[in-house]
Amino acid sequence: MSAPAAVQPAARPSVPRYWMDREGILGPVMLLPVVVYIVALVGFPLVLALIYSFSDVTVGDQTINWVGFETFSQAMANPTFRLALRNTLLFTLISQIVVLVLGNILALVLSADFPGKRLVRFLILLPWTTPIALGVIGWLWLLDGLYSPIDALLRMIGLLGPDTLFGPGRNMLWLAQPDTAQISVVLVHVWRTLPLATVILLAGLTAIPQDLRDAANVDGAGFFRQLVYIRIPLLLPIMAVAVLYGIVFTFTDMTVVYLLTRGGPPVDSTQVLASWAYFKGIEGGNLAEGAATAVFLFPALAGVAALMLRMARRAETN
Amino acid sequence: MEGQRSLGAWAAIYATAGFFVLFAALPFAWMILTIFKQDSDLYVAANNPFVYNLPPTTDHLGYLFSDTLYLTFVRNTLIVAILVVIITVIASVPAAYSLTRLAGRWGEGLGIGIFLVYLVPPTLLFIPLSRVVSDLGLKNTIWSMVLVYPSFTIPFCTWLLMGFLKSVPWDIEEQAMIDGYSRLGAIVRTVLPISVPGILTVVVFSFALTLHEFVYALAFVSSSQSKTLSTGVTTELIRGDVFFWQSLMAAAAIVALPVALLYNFFLDRFIAGFTLGAVKG
Repeated sequence: MSAPAAVQPAARPSVPRYWMDREGILGPVMLLPVVVYIVALVGFPLVLALIYSFSDVTVGDQTINWVGFETFSQAMANPTFRLALRNTLLFTLISQIVVLVLGNILALVLSADFPGKRLVRFLILLPWTTPIALGVIGWLWLLDGLYSPIDALLRMIGLLGPDTLFGPGRNMLWLAQPDTAQISVVLVHVWRTLPLATVILLAGLTAIPQDLRDAANVDGAGFFRQLVYIRIPLLLPIMAVAVLYGIVFTFTDMTVVYLLTRGGPPVDSTQVLASWAYFKGIEGGNLAEGAATAVFLFPALAGVAALMLRMARRAETN
Repeated sequence: MEGQRSLGAWAAIYATAGFFVLFAALPFAWMILTIFKQDSDLYVAANNPFVYNLPPTTDHLGYLFSDTLYLTFVRNTLIVAILVVIITVIASVPAAYSLTRLAGRWGEGLGIGIFLVYLVPPTLLFIPLSRVVSDLGLKNTIWSMVLVYPSFTIPFCTWLLMGFLKSVPWDIEEQAMIDGYSRLGAIVRTVLPISVPGILTVVVFSFALTLHEFVYALAFVSSSQSKTLSTGVTTELIRGDVFFWQSLMAAAAIVALPVALLYNFFLDRFIAGFTLGAVKG
């Protein structure tokens, strides 16, 4: 990095011929469109979201009256809000623990060479590469109350039906009961975020220096010994990265709940913060309360961002 | 190590891979199987759902194209995606160059800052943005999405391009400048041609991110004529409680599989960007 920078001044004509040749001007000018975009369509709305949450603005009455924390206390007094907050935390926590365990197993398998690996990788990545909304529609049909093939499979292997483990009915009615609906939402989140975690972990695994593995082989360290003493410790930072993305994408998601359960059944049992903000703010027209609900997504993001920055600094010093 | 793998190890690898493939691909297999089923086959609970109990039919595929707004959704999506891609490339290529070459020490930090903007979720911004969009008179038009989508494609793509430009040697553009080109001339003649693979990656990802987006599309557009695939398919093909399952599955699979294929080619760059260079993908 430093060597070319030292060469540069000599390479430049002594008198800049055009303003475009002056780095002090050209640099900011080239950056300007991006800065304008981010300030206008991310920064400004973010501030507006905060202002909304301290006001009583609705779709019908768009004047912004300052009400202090009243909108927040109103939002928090709603039992659905508390349920949504609990669900958001719980869905994120459970799904990401499962993803971490499964992702490590899957990355370990994919780090080995075997015929058909490219196809396996393509198929395993499908849930991540497919537009979320369309993937969820697939699950909606898989978990159908009457025609679910999962139920058919369970019946075939004798787990569903009269005198079986999962009860006498022909169907699980996955999305019709609160507990199975919650399991379904977590399942779809696992399905959707597992591929990303896996490929990030896989990149970390392949980055482990070969000579380290060779040395361990020479010293006679077996598979599990290498796993515990070499792979897992070296993989920890990259595991953190994988989980951070999983957390961001699960914590702030509303698509899965919106399409799979609409927050039900019967009402609100699977509601999460993001979907509740949508139902309140957009469908219900209470912009202030919707914004106040969405603001609760912010602390988690700030924490994740801080961790990402620490990670980046460490990557830089390496 | 690979040569002397035992039979047990092979079995473990294929069994584990097989399990995960089943989990990941099950919804897609089920989608494709469903598309060609006749109503009188599909909607009989006693039938074995995994086989065709009646001959397959393409009726529902035809219905999707002739009797629904599917082609309108496809057209809207393509218009939005192409314009978003153009805006993204125009904005992020110069910005990435500026941050890697002209900004000096704080370029990297600013780049990470811009990348973090990508992590600000639509669910936090859609309420104020829907107000912005309606104040601009763009509500219920595809222009609302053309305007807003670059706000998440630009941060991510600028960061991807920075990673790419860092690996392009400086000597070439310096030589061009020694040869008498202005810096801008040197960029156009040397850096841009070398960066074509990086720019292609950005094109693919901004295209894919646009197709993936659901929340803004749902919040900004409620008229059927202006909907894109992600909202059109999931709201218009379901009327109340009536699901047109075969057509619905066809609508999803036709989009999902090509996008997945495209995505797959560029995945390693994407991962290198996501891990902030902590691992080189």
